[in-house]
Amino acid sequence: MRLTQGTFSFLPDLTDAQISKQIDYCLSKGWAIGLEYTDDPHPRNTYWEMFGNPMFDISDPAAILMEVNACRRTFPDHYIRLTAFDSSHGTESVVMSFIVNRPKHEPGFRLVRSEQAGRTVRYSIESYATQSRPEGMRYSSDN
Amino acid sequence: MDASTPPSSTPETPRALLESSGVKTVLDQLDAELVGLVPVKSRIRDIAALLVIDKLRQDMGLQAQPPSLHMCFTGNPGTGKTTVAMRMAEVLKQLGYVRKGHLVAVTRDDLVGQFIGHTAPKTKEVIKKAMGGVLFIDEAYYLYRPDNERDYGQESIEILLQVMENHRDDLVVILAGYKDRMETFFGSNPGMASRIAHHIDFPDYSEAELMQIARLMLEKLNYRFDADAEPVFGRYIGLRRQQPHFANARSIRNALDRIRLRHATRLFAHDTSLTRDQLCTLQAEDILASRVFAAAAPPVTAGN
Repeated sequence: MRLTQGTFSFLPDLTDAQISKQIDYCLSKGWAIGLEYTDDPHPRNTYWEMFGNPMFDISDPAAILMEVNACRRTFPDHYIRLTAFDSSHGTESVVMSFIVNRPKHEPGFRLVRSEQAGRTVRYSIESYATQSRPEGMRYSSDN
Repeated sequence: MDASTPPSSTPETPRALLESSGVKTVLDQLDAELVGLVPVKSRIRDIAALLVIDKLRQDMGLQAQPPSLHMCFTGNPGTGKTTVAMRMAEVLKQLGYVRKGHLVAVTRDDLVGQFIGHTAPKTKEVIKKAMGGVLFIDEAYYLYRPDNERDYGQESIEILLQVMENHRDDLVVILAGYKDRMETFFGSNPGMASRIAHHIDFPDYSEAELMQIARLMLEKLNYRFDADAEPVFGRYIGLRRQQPHFANARSIRNALDRIRLRHATRLFAHDTSLTRDQLCTLQAEDILASRVFAAAAPPVTAGN
């Protein structure tokens, strides 16, 4: 099941040329670009790990694409997203974020039912990838 | 035959193409604003020509690989290395070689770290900042310290080399420094020398050129010499050139600054209100008060 999260999530994955055009747009708006990665695809997992520092003083997409590729090399089987942070007063938050790398195999989510008092059932979802596997081992190819 | 196959660009001469691409204006501007520097200008002209021809070749379906434009500027102090580097970023932007056309000027301090593992991120940070523009490394020979083989400068050089090779179309690296020391630097870093296609030597300015520079500087500041002052300043240049620590245009700028100080002091002595003319005109006596005249020649009495 293909994870859809952030901007452009229902489009096919962006090519590097398309990514660099998006970066160009972000830079022209003066947004700071950051890279984040995770191997926990749960939709409520908001805080991903940062790859390096947010990039404030870059003027060309090539530099950021270089970082994206460095991150892909380091975490080829993780989700990597690119975030653009607008620091202007009143916004001060991430205004754009899209996935630039995903694991080769995404097994999807299972529905977890838990019995509560009085035959109540609570539902939640859990990624097959994260089941009983610690962080860092969840998408390894040898399973 | 398809109507669109005959290339429409054939009737266009390269000259016409050069004019229409806006490159001509850039070159003219360069000619107008930079005095002398013939080797530099001709090299920029060559590069411009190549880029225009490359565009033509591309239209014809021929292989057109952008040339490597890493440069090395050598020359004595004050010959305009930094100034040209600043202009180079603009020029390359207008020629369409770099995308953003900003200049990041750094020295050893900005590239080399203080402890193990500090240099690589620091250098990469600078390189990322410069991408899409020009990275100007002033006094580049300081990067390499032959006396200390564990110096972190070497690491910085290696990263630079890698980027100069792999990101050739993302940034242009310009090294600058004094000629003899740059030669030693290249001697011990042959990889660096071979990756730099353009070694441009900045010649010293002649007296006439220095005079022209002085005139340009004054014009920018809304000052001018009066009729007597100009030949006196010409003499000043001649004398100053023979003294030690002469730094070409930089010395001229400093001399003009001092002349302006004397001019201001002289105006203070006036009781009447000052005219616009008085505020802009530098006189011979402002120049003649300089130490250069006192040191060099029998004292010349100030005319007025």
